[in-house]
Amino acid sequence: MRFRRRAARGGSPVEPSVLPLRELLSESLAGMLQRPGRSALTALGTVLGVGTFVAILGLTATTSSQIDSRFDLLTATEVTVEDTSVQQNAFAGPVFPADADERIGRLGGVEHAGVYWTVHPAGSATVRSSPVGADSGGEEIGIVAASPGALLAADPHLAQGRLYDAYLSRGAQPVAVIGSGIAARLGITTLETYPAVFIGDQPFTVVGIIDDTRRKADLLLSVIVPRTTAERIWGPPKGGDARMLIATRVGAAGQIAHEAPTALRPDHPEYLKAVPPPDPRTLRGTVTGDLNQLFLLLAAICLVIGAVGIANTTLVAVLERTGEIGLRRALGARGRHITAQFLAESGALGALGGLVGTSLGGLTVVIVALVRDWTPVVHPATIAAAPVIGLLTGLLAGLYPALRASRIQPAEALRR
Amino acid sequence: MVAEVPAVEAPAVIELRQAGLTYPGPPPVAALTACELTVGAGEFVTVVGPSGSGKSTFLNIVGLLDVPTSGSYLLDGIDTGALKDADRTALRGRRIGFVFQSFHLLPYRSAVENVRLALLYGAVPRAESHERAREALARVGLGHRLDAVPTRLSGGEQQRVAIARALVSRPSLLLCDEPTGNLDTATAGAILGLLDELHADGMTIVVITHDPLVAARGARTVSIRDGVLTERATV
Ligand SMILES: Nc1ncnc2c1ncn2[C@@H]1O[C@H](COP(=O)(O)OP(=O)(O)OP(=O)(O)O)[C@@H](O)[C@H]1O
Ligand SMILES: [Mg+2]
Repeated sequence: MRFRRRAARGGSPVEPSVLPLRELLSESLAGMLQRPGRSALTALGTVLGVGTFVAILGLTATTSSQIDSRFDLLTATEVTVEDTSVQQNAFAGPVFPADADERIGRLGGVEHAGVYWTVHPAGSATVRSSPVGADSGGEEIGIVAASPGALLAADPHLAQGRLYDAYLSRGAQPVAVIGSGIAARLGITTLETYPAVFIGDQPFTVVGIIDDTRRKADLLLSVIVPRTTAERIWGPPKGGDARMLIATRVGAAGQIAHEAPTALRPDHPEYLKAVPPPDPRTLRGTVTGDLNQLFLLLAAICLVIGAVGIANTTLVAVLERTGEIGLRRALGARGRHITAQFLAESGALGALGGLVGTSLGGLTVVIVALVRDWTPVVHPATIAAAPVIGLLTGLLAGLYPALRASRIQPAEALRR
Repeated sequence: MVAEVPAVEAPAVIELRQAGLTYPGPPPVAALTACELTVGAGEFVTVVGPSGSGKSTFLNIVGLLDVPTSGSYLLDGIDTGALKDADRTALRGRRIGFVFQSFHLLPYRSAVENVRLALLYGAVPRAESHERAREALARVGLGHRLDAVPTRLSGGEQQRVAIARALVSRPSLLLCDEPTGNLDTATAGAILGLLDELHADGMTIVVITHDPLVAARGARTVSIRDGVLTERATV
């Protein structure tokens, strides 16, 4: 009964032949190791191809990360608005309106914004810590007029005191914020005594000392006074001198740069030019030039040569080992077991070449980076993909010889 | 004679019914013409015939390496003509042990590994296959050369490894094609002694030879001449 049912289902009278994965791998490893020198030479093409591939991608990633480290988050969230009115209309007058900070502050994504310029006072421009005549000389120190928003946008770090605010600014008060270096040069150590600095003969109360800024580091070497105060004492900025610094939230910079001129001067947006942060992709694109494509092509050619090498060696091995194939077939191996064995051998050769190539490529990247004093960067995906590329090359190359091997008739193979 | 037939008849190991093989050519070669042969379990049969008479063709059919172009062949009662290729392969691997004139050992693998090869495709667990390979090598008197590679073995020792490989899968039929063809007389004698022992243990053996001395070892001898198989009484 049982036999009948099996027969009806087309069941086999004997247990079928099998080849467990572990046995397959150990057989192909043995096949590969029986000619170690030949195997090494065969894998060489794959080593070169995969090695070049890893080296190119690694070097590209390394140079890109050099750019990335320069192009950090700070730059990506910074927009500068320049005054270009002089080229168009010499009589345009002050370009930034008095409420420029508020106008820009209303745009979405703006954190701080403000107008600033370098002041060039007529006549004596020296900065002293005591009235004129108390001592001779004085220091040549830059003076920057900055609205409270501009000061905040520079993201300063206060050592002492505070920044001047909109209230002080609106009153055009004679107050100043100075860098810690300037403070040391002027002999100001504490703000508790309400020290003053004199610009020319104008006294300014120092309200804050900053020891760092994340943007516009030159502020640290300047005496910073409110925009309104500067306008009251020295007049409005000359055409083209004033700029606006906008600190934005991440991702908002492009849109804000687009909107800023109109928001500031709906009547004459063309007087202003907003400079958005550079697009990192275009930056990278200029570095990753045609040369890399050439090398990648070279890597592909190496891989093809490697594949042809593996195909050739595997084909020779199949012809050489016809007797072995016949024997295995006589011992119960099916054609597909023979195919699997030779495919595993060529695949292992390719994967091995891929692994060695990955190591050599990685080493190349590290050496080049060390020589150029860079941080070597290789994307994990590159490292993971490279041996797989080697494996696929090997499998592809072994396909034809392995199929041919499976078609060898055992009776003929054993006649040899 | 009739009295000797067992009451419960086990199927014959080999049953050729008008089996013949014509190589397609061109030109077609009738290497074996319809032959009739039955070999029961435990028999020791030798096949003789001049070169080119069709001995290897006969062995290929019996060993399931080739399919007869006419007639049918039953191995252990299974009609092999109806089998799919995969089943024929499995049957060959499990029921037939081959010993070739040129040994056919893998040159870079140890004696144990060579013997184990016969169990590779038979789903025998690794540890068990190693143990059985060692046992088979001990059986043919090579228990002390387990890890030697064939290139370090003498011709007689190589043929013993080949016999161990043929035995290890516990086949129902041992097929030998000129097993002593590459050996000197003394070594050949030792190998034939080994085959005698196996026969005494109940193994069914078919030996192909053109050497009358070897042929004389068989309890039964068939001869092939120009593809025609005839049975003749042993001397
Ligand atoms: N694949 C084939 N195609 C065509 N003819 C073949 C083929 N194989 C063998 N023959 C022919 O069949 C005949 C029998 O060959 P076979 O190999 O069986 O002889 P044999 O008895 O084993 O000879 P030997 O003792 O020399 O080994 C020979 O004439 C041979 O030329
Ligand atoms: Mg022959």
